[in-house]
Amino acid sequence: MLKYILKRFVYIFIALFLIITITFFLMRLAPGSPFASEKSFPPEIEAQLNAEYGLDNPWYIQYKDYLISTAQLDFGESMKYKGRSTNDMIAESFPISLTLGVEAMILAVGLGVLFGSVAALYHNRGVDYVVTTIAVLGISVPSFILAGLLQYFLGLKLQLFPISGWNGFIYSILPATAIAVTHMGFIAKLVRSSMLEQNNSEYVKMARSKGLSKWGVLFKHSLRNALLPVVTYLAPLFAGVITGSFIVEQIFAIPGLGKYFVTSITNRDYTVIMGTTVFYSIILLLAVLIVDILYGFIDPRIKLRGGKKA
Amino acid sequence: MTQQIPKEKFNIVGGNHAATDQLAAKSVSFWKEVWLRFGHNKLAIVGIIILIIVAIMAIFVPIFSPYTYSQQLGVYNGPPSAKNWFGTDDLGRDVFTRVWYGARISLFIGITAAVIDLIIGVLWGSVSGLVGGRVDDIMMRIADVLTAVPYLLVVIILLVVLKPGLVPIIIALSITGWVNMARIVRGEVLSIKNQEYVLAARTLGASTAHIISKHLIPNALGAILVTMTLTIPSAIFTEAFLSFLGLGVPQPMASWGTMASDGNNAIDTAPWRLIFPAVLISITIFAFNAVGDGLRDALDPKLRK
Repeated sequence: MLKYILKRFVYIFIALFLIITITFFLMRLAPGSPFASEKSFPPEIEAQLNAEYGLDNPWYIQYKDYLISTAQLDFGESMKYKGRSTNDMIAESFPISLTLGVEAMILAVGLGVLFGSVAALYHNRGVDYVVTTIAVLGISVPSFILAGLLQYFLGLKLQLFPISGWNGFIYSILPATAIAVTHMGFIAKLVRSSMLEQNNSEYVKMARSKGLSKWGVLFKHSLRNALLPVVTYLAPLFAGVITGSFIVEQIFAIPGLGKYFVTSITNRDYTVIMGTTVFYSIILLLAVLIVDILYGFIDPRIKLRGGKKA
Repeated sequence: MTQQIPKEKFNIVGGNHAATDQLAAKSVSFWKEVWLRFGHNKLAIVGIIILIIVAIMAIFVPIFSPYTYSQQLGVYNGPPSAKNWFGTDDLGRDVFTRVWYGARISLFIGITAAVIDLIIGVLWGSVSGLVGGRVDDIMMRIADVLTAVPYLLVVIILLVVLKPGLVPIIIALSITGWVNMARIVRGEVLSIKNQEYVLAARTLGASTAHIISKHLIPNALGAILVTMTLTIPSAIFTEAFLSFLGLGVPQPMASWGTMASDGNNAIDTAPWRLIFPAVLISITIFAFNAVGDGLRDALDPKLRK
């Protein structure tokens, strides 16, 4: 177990190092100086700015500085907005994204498991078809498109929800739904098929023949086993929720980290792009690790070992 | 003591070969059986029909539409009408025409990315699985690290640096996209390579290339096909996603993603500019997913009847 976790940490470090290196060199290759906005500076000012951000050093010094500051979790100062550090931006906006993301995840897992179980209980009957169709449709509509449509129909036309902003729970419903629907569909499909598999197994037949009701079997026996694939889906879910938040936050004008990230891309604000990318990578990689370890604890059949698989 | 039974007591009635032949099920080749099972999947058939329609419209749009994709008609943000079925956009271009030209670009990006994934993934996976040992270890560790790198972030970073355009988008999509395919092919290869017929081929002196092309690929084809069908919609999705970040194909070219993204900004004045490309993206992703799922079910030997 310990060996496995250590090994995974090594991978994470290599991956992070790769990401940091790739972002660093790509940003250096990027066309145009980050200070070349509408107005052109006199050369002296540009030289001074370059000196301030360390851009006049040779690349290996810059790379070394960047590695050291990143290792200290210091992501540098924004090139577009003077005096704003990337760390401040993250500290300020990430809690908002986190709230939205957690809400979306609860929605996706909760409804997904519910729909999947109901579909499996009424296998090949009306309810099953309705749920499966909803799931398939949900998977097919990208979150950012759903966001626009929800905003238009529920927000603008029916005036049920606020169109944009971040001002309490009601503001989070539409964006959280937009992010959650695709994943809800996936989870519903997963739960349905693994539940059907469980329903054919001996222990479920046994429980049924003891006289336990359908729902009793579901909650006491089959759901626990059927949930295992959902746990494996948690890592992609986490990644999906984060990337989903980029555009959804932009569309609903939510001041979360996703919106800052998108804005920094549009502004070509390299330090913020690099910092946010590295930050996102760290939490994504950690999330995947946690899910893997969790899975090993939940499913006793899986032994996490350092050795080779297969 | 066993009792001797006189031979006269046995009566040879003879076998009725014609009758046993009739009892046996008709022999059906594997791919034919897959096709039959696929045909029973209504969702998959709907998917195929949708894909055919979209493809026909995308290829033959110049015949169906009197306009070109960048022609400005002078009617700005006009609602759907008899002349412009899907309305016009802010520059007075016909949305119906643009949507089908957009289909060309979106489908092109999706299919090309899937083909590149296929080529790299199959090579990487089969070499890794077949050679085994240290080579396999190293190749799979590289794949492990690449999977650990968050896909969309890399794509975004790459496109921030590369100039937006068709080729950069395809490069960015396939740069880590092939890992999944490589893993699946390796898994198939590992399960096939230890079977007797591969051993037999090796003993007869067949080269690695021969074994890959004649034995492994035909047998792994099913899994490869399914993965590919499911890669296309995710590439189309990612392309649309990038367009919303402003990293899509540049004007006046239009992909579904750029159109939906533009339409999203004009949602209160011209909602048709979002709705039509949005519906098409969703329907196409749905169709590819349905076909992919149908193929997977059809190829699953556990579901054989």
